[in-house]
Amino acid sequence: MKLHAVLKTMLLSASLAVSSLHAEPVYVVSTAIVEHPALDAVRDGIKTYLEEHGYAGDKMRFTYESAQGQPAIAAQIARKLVGEQPDVIVAIATPSAQAAVSASQDIPVVFSVVTDPVGAKVVPSLNQPGSNVTGLSDMVNVKQHLALMKEFLPELKRIGIPFNPGEANSVAIVEAMKAAAAEMGIEVIESAAPKSSDVMIAAKQLVGKAEAIYCSTDNTIISAFESVVKVGIDAQIPVFAADTASVERGAVAAVGYDYADLGHQTGELVLRVLQGEKPGDIDVKMAEGTNLFINSKMAQRMGVTIPQSVQQRANKIY
Amino acid sequence: MSTFAFLGTLEIGFIYGLVAIGVYLTFRVLDFPDLTVDGSFTLGAAVTATLIVLGFNAYLATLAGALAAACAGLVTAWLNLRFNILHLLASILTMTALYTINLRVMGKPNVALIMEPTVLTPFESLGIPNMYLKVLFVAACSIIVGLIVAWFLNTQYGLAMRAVGANTRMAQANGIVVKEKVYVGLALSNGLVGLAGALFAQTNGFADSTMGIGTIVVGLAAVIIGQSMFSSRSMVVIVLSCIIGSLLYRVAVSLALNADFLGFTASDLNLITAVLVGLALIFPQLRNEWKAKRAKGAQQ
Repeated sequence: MKLHAVLKTMLLSASLAVSSLHAEPVYVVSTAIVEHPALDAVRDGIKTYLEEHGYAGDKMRFTYESAQGQPAIAAQIARKLVGEQPDVIVAIATPSAQAAVSASQDIPVVFSVVTDPVGAKVVPSLNQPGSNVTGLSDMVNVKQHLALMKEFLPELKRIGIPFNPGEANSVAIVEAMKAAAAEMGIEVIESAAPKSSDVMIAAKQLVGKAEAIYCSTDNTIISAFESVVKVGIDAQIPVFAADTASVERGAVAAVGYDYADLGHQTGELVLRVLQGEKPGDIDVKMAEGTNLFINSKMAQRMGVTIPQSVQQRANKIY
Repeated sequence: MSTFAFLGTLEIGFIYGLVAIGVYLTFRVLDFPDLTVDGSFTLGAAVTATLIVLGFNAYLATLAGALAAACAGLVTAWLNLRFNILHLLASILTMTALYTINLRVMGKPNVALIMEPTVLTPFESLGIPNMYLKVLFVAACSIIVGLIVAWFLNTQYGLAMRAVGANTRMAQANGIVVKEKVYVGLALSNGLVGLAGALFAQTNGFADSTMGIGTIVVGLAAVIIGQSMFSSRSMVVIVLSCIIGSLLYRVAVSLALNADFLGFTASDLNLITAVLVGLALIFPQLRNEWKAKRAKGAQQ
């Protein structure tokens, strides 16, 4: 028995010595529930950040799997990733994060763009989660969004929100918006669009009922965003967005995150884990960064003027 | 494929084995193409997850999930039998309605079960590592349920049900109450699918409003793959081949996930899976054709 133990220790130390000589590349695996520009930007942002911070070239192996929108596939991917014994699993968006957390007992999981991580039970608490999991929440700052709309339309009384009632992240934002708007005496009018082909009708439902349309980071709405823009132009209702990427596609203005930047912020957390910190000791990070994008052409076509104050502090004007 | 990934593949395969048995009952036994399953899979998960979060016993919650899904099957059967709505359309109506009902049941699109007690909790004290425990549990569930269904199909009642699907007029002429068999068949089928949804939610830690999408395709693929591998008249073999078909389907998905080395990317998954399943379907037929050719050659 003793000899066995001694041999084992020797082998172990030998293999450790070898591995430090060759500097094994770190292995980072990532997965997302679907592929779309915002989530892809997050993934690429994480990779770039790690490459810029000492894991360039052959110092890191980085893989990616997409669940093609199917939770059963997300579950299978999570098992596959855990089985590969990577250094970190990066799980992007709620269902992928839940699948990864449920599959992994001790391999560190860093989630990204999960709006309500405690509600989704990915972590027991935001501060010092204590488990093998930490990550980044992208709960949007609805008060800031309301204030921006109010700057454009000081008389604003009713905001229309088209959204998919089947998307957890989106429902959380609508609820937050309702609470924040009520405080300012603004009414929120919901309009449901369960599929991207319903988005046009959902937007039309808001004509005559709302003075502004607000599109949250709802995957269904974003994928058919152009049809909301079209309704906005035809009915002369300004369309605002929660993500800056939508401004180029026709929103009048948006103040929000740049998803590549959210990738960098997630990358910071991944880096800390790779450097040996326990995920459970790292607080869940709330997404930061407010870019203001405006689209002057669209403002004109939707019949609103851009206030001087907004014009002056815009980071980008289309 | 790592052991952990392989066990995960088996686990999900066994759970969807229950879906395959359900789809077999409607699609093959009753000749009733039933798309309700896309909604009843989620309904089973939604009811179970909601009840567990409310503090109900996980076994009671699972039973309630399966029963709720069985009721969804009854609705489809009712629309079809009472109002003569085409079976496919009746099931699409129920499935569409279930999307809303599932959101209502959960009160939100996603209910998390991570850290909640599940049907596995009583076994966790046995000291079996979790990854093995999950597989053993779902394997036992799907095999036991499969054997019960096989036994049921061999009873007088089950034979009558099979007769309804094989030849409705003949069955009627022999005094079989056709409508009742369709009601029971659809309830049983969707109940099994709901049970699968309930187990999936508990072993994977969440119920999500989108989780049922494509259930019918997965179930059908499993039934067809399974039956193309084993040809038998024994109900036990047929029902168990549904489970094996489901396992093979999951292995195909796993292979598709590992296809990076061929230059495929993550977004090619659906195509690769379809091609692999397609090959599994084509192969037995080609084999039969070769055999027939050879036999002909030998005769001449």
